Amino acid sequence: MTHEPTPAPGHGGHAEAPPAPLSNILLHPPARPSHPPVPPPVAAPAPLEVRIDGLAVSVRAGSTILEACRAEGIDTPTLCYSENLNPVNVCRVCVVEVKGSRVLVPACSRKVEAGMEIETDSERVRTSRKVVLEFLGSSVDVSLAGPVAPDGSIAAYMERYGSDPSRYGPAAPPVAAGERDAHEPGHHHAPGGGPEAATVAQPVKVDNELYVRDYSRCILCYKCVEACGEDAQNTFAIAVAGRGFDARISTEFNVGLPDSACVYCGNCIGVCPTGALMFTSEHEMRAEGTWDESAQTITNTICPYCGVGCSLDLHVQDNSIVKVTSPMDSSVTDGHLCIKGRFGFQFVQNREG
Amino acid sequence: MDLHVIGPLASPAERAAVDAILGPATSGWSGGERNAATDGRAARGGHEARSRRDLLLPVLHAVQGRIGFISQPALNYVCRRLTIPPAEAYGVATFYALFATAPRPPVVAHVCDDIACRLVGAEALCGDLERSLGPAGSPSADGRTTWLRSPCLGLCERAPAAMFTLAGESSTTITAAPVDAVGVASRLAAAAAGRTMAGGTTDVRAFAPQAGEPGVRLLARVGQVDPEGLEAYRSAGGYRALANAIAMGREATIAEVTASRLVGRGGAAFPTGRKWSAVLAERSGQKYVVCNADESEPGTFKDRVLLEEDPFAVVESMTIEGFAVGASKGYLYLRGEYPIAGERMANAIDRARSAGLLGENIMGSGFAFDVELRRGAGAYICGEETALFESIEGKRGEPRNKPPFPVEVGLFGKPTAINNVETLANVLLVLTGGPSADGVGGGEAFASIGTEGSTGPKLFCLSGHVARPGVYEVTFGVTLRELLGLAGGVPGGRAIQAILLGGAAGVFVGEEALDTPLTFEATRAIGATLGSGVVMVFDETADLVDTLRRIAQFFRDESCGQCVPCRVGTVRQEELLARLAAAQRAPAPARSRDAELELLREIGQAMRDASICGLGQTASSAIESALKRPGMVAL
Repeated sequence: MTHEPTPAPGHGGHAEAPPAPLSNILLHPPARPSHPPVPPPVAAPAPLEVRIDGLAVSVRAGSTILEACRAEGIDTPTLCYSENLNPVNVCRVCVVEVKGSRVLVPACSRKVEAGMEIETDSERVRTSRKVVLEFLGSSVDVSLAGPVAPDGSIAAYMERYGSDPSRYGPAAPPVAAGERDAHEPGHHHAPGGGPEAATVAQPVKVDNELYVRDYSRCILCYKCVEACGEDAQNTFAIAVAGRGFDARISTEFNVGLPDSACVYCGNCIGVCPTGALMFTSEHEMRAEGTWDESAQTITNTICPYCGVGCSLDLHVQDNSIVKVTSPMDSSVTDGHLCIKGRFGFQFVQNREG
Repeated sequence: MDLHVIGPLASPAERAAVDAILGPATSGWSGGERNAATDGRAARGGHEARSRRDLLLPVLHAVQGRIGFISQPALNYVCRRLTIPPAEAYGVATFYALFATAPRPPVVAHVCDDIACRLVGAEALCGDLERSLGPAGSPSADGRTTWLRSPCLGLCERAPAAMFTLAGESSTTITAAPVDAVGVASRLAAAAAGRTMAGGTTDVRAFAPQAGEPGVRLLARVGQVDPEGLEAYRSAGGYRALANAIAMGREATIAEVTASRLVGRGGAAFPTGRKWSAVLAERSGQKYVVCNADESEPGTFKDRVLLEEDPFAVVESMTIEGFAVGASKGYLYLRGEYPIAGERMANAIDRARSAGLLGENIMGSGFAFDVELRRGAGAYICGEETALFESIEGKRGEPRNKPPFPVEVGLFGKPTAINNVETLANVLLVLTGGPSADGVGGGEAFASIGTEGSTGPKLFCLSGHVARPGVYEVTFGVTLRELLGLAGGVPGGRAIQAILLGGAAGVFVGEEALDTPLTFEATRAIGATLGSGVVMVFDETADLVDTLRRIAQFFRDESCGQCVPCRVGTVRQEELLARLAAAQRAPAPARSRDAELELLREIGQAMRDASICGLGQTASSAIESALKRPGMVAL
């Protein structure tokens, strides 16, 4: 960072009007406004005319291509995009073709410009979406990815674009715990020519009672990092470490969550699109085979712990709370909670005594 | 943000290394001694500490250089000093290949096994080292030394090459080329015993065979003028270009650069004048100039020669650029594997500053400008301009999405003019007409050199199977055949199998391209590229399958991992090539060659179309170009 010398204040050359005597203000105070001051009117920017898939449409200035597409009812797959986070545009499944652009552009972050001609279903778009979904499907366990409205299920999009992850060969077996975390940048074992496709498969990380981290399911969408850091919690307990295919979400030196800065707000779970981050309750029920979303009800309520009044969605199965989320469109939470609202539900179902 | 730091305290040596960059810790809050009187109840540090976030890489370099790796206590101390969350700092430290976060011996040989070095036996060298020293990465019996494989070190003209790093109180990095197993072992032993390691050759004609010849412009001072003396530089025509620029004013300076039709020499060929005009037009109180000296494209070493042999020219041209666009601060981002360039550039910056050619009121013009040298830490991706900004800012070198472009939102979010070293060297010619001529050459004169679409002189990096590898300067329009002739052609009269233009991100061409003029327009017409000026020759004895697999490995290693197409696509590409190679030996491969090539085409298209930056967009370029040519590769 540069350290500019600050100009010394109060040495400007221009003459200043002498201040009004204090007694004037005390004796003749200005009239109080009868209503709060209104900011000066700002003309709403004129809508932009663009073409999407050949159709002339009028789009609010400042909106993204994704917003424009959704307004037109064009279903666009997204994975790393979330309404309550800044777009990082890394998953690249939302790419569209913009006339005049050498490469495809991410719809989630690119703002519309007047006269833009956008193709959302061209051959190039379909191929990129197909292959990107194949890359994910062949390297990550995406079986739990979606369906999360409005993101949709990865499986449905794979079908739409004709993705076939098996084209890259059978999945390589999982590595031992901690092995991927120890990989150094710039070095990897070259493939030997076998049919197997490299994956991120590894054992689930269970190091606390509240949630588990199953990085075999991690597509590295950066959402948890954003939610833990700048976009919501401001805790920065996790970050992306390593490089390339060895990049992974990690605490410092891969220490367990109890040794990290984690405050167990669970906002990372709330934004995770693939089930890599999961309530321990859900993880254990899935392992037992008792997890059944069709048998669950969702009860909307207000968190009882403090005066903020966060909206809670209690996911209930067999008369027990199995998971707590908060609606994305809640003006209080934007979908985020704290440890009490997210995990402090055991007392409700303590049936002893 | 609450800084959550646990674990044992950093050792005195680790703290000393950090404090050498940041100054002593002033309070218990920042990891220093707790002073009850002043540290009582008010936390200090905060914004002030965070405003120095960009010093993270220099500090990590200091710890790496002092200890040989970055321990958790050392990283924690760094985090307390700079108020950086440890997870984030760990993410940065694990991004760069020259940093280690696990214990590593203090003396390390980084042995290049990249494409140019492979052509002259790097793999055999690594095999020898495995037998004599043990597998790569294994510490020696005394725990003092080890060796690692490295991507291209930019010493391709004297391949095979190696870099040696010694961590300790007098941290040292040297490069040596050519090396053999005995040379590697002897340097490791010398460094471990506290003796000086033997460096490489200092004969400039070993890397710039034209040095001293009349007619060269960009290389005019190379080997002829003391690279460490400012007076020598000035008496050889140095600082006339800056004087001319100041006399003309910034608009006229940019007008000359625009009239020269100079385009960027880093690979993207963007018009320099247009870039400068755009930055000048930005209304911002703070603008930056950045010189991209992170030359890492395999086969490229032209910028290294300029940085080592003509360092004052880099300082002068950056000053001109700062003057022209209205920036008061410039950063030179130098790749970490160029120790000699680092020393000479640091010296040049210091001397220019002492002589009043950097700092306040340069040449009495009232213009203030300074240059700061920053070292990369082993990441090819940081040559991408926005990744380079992130790296200077102390972050992982992950490219940003564009737009916005650097001329609007660049380093520290400010308008930034970023140019390659060779591009800046050309600016001096535009403003002087060359070091030997008097007066202003001018944009028109520069534009008359070369061809209509490609003006000026150009440096090419010749390596591989040519008689005299090295950096060659020609004017645009010279054919590939003529350029190879300058370098003595293919030794032994052997036939050419392929020529790689533009490096790992470039394109393979065959003998039919020999009469193609080396211009942007002519290479584009044959579906090739000049890229960063790499011309790597593979004669009939070369194993191109091996070369392609190394290129695929390179991109997998160097992908930042941010976007899916590149992160996974580079892996799938490498696996596919391995399958193709294995299929040659298998009686009945699982999939036909045509099916594999069709899959490769789709992988390439997705990487090209959907990746964030140029790395992913070009990661399949050379490989596809070779496989597309019937008979070029036996795969």
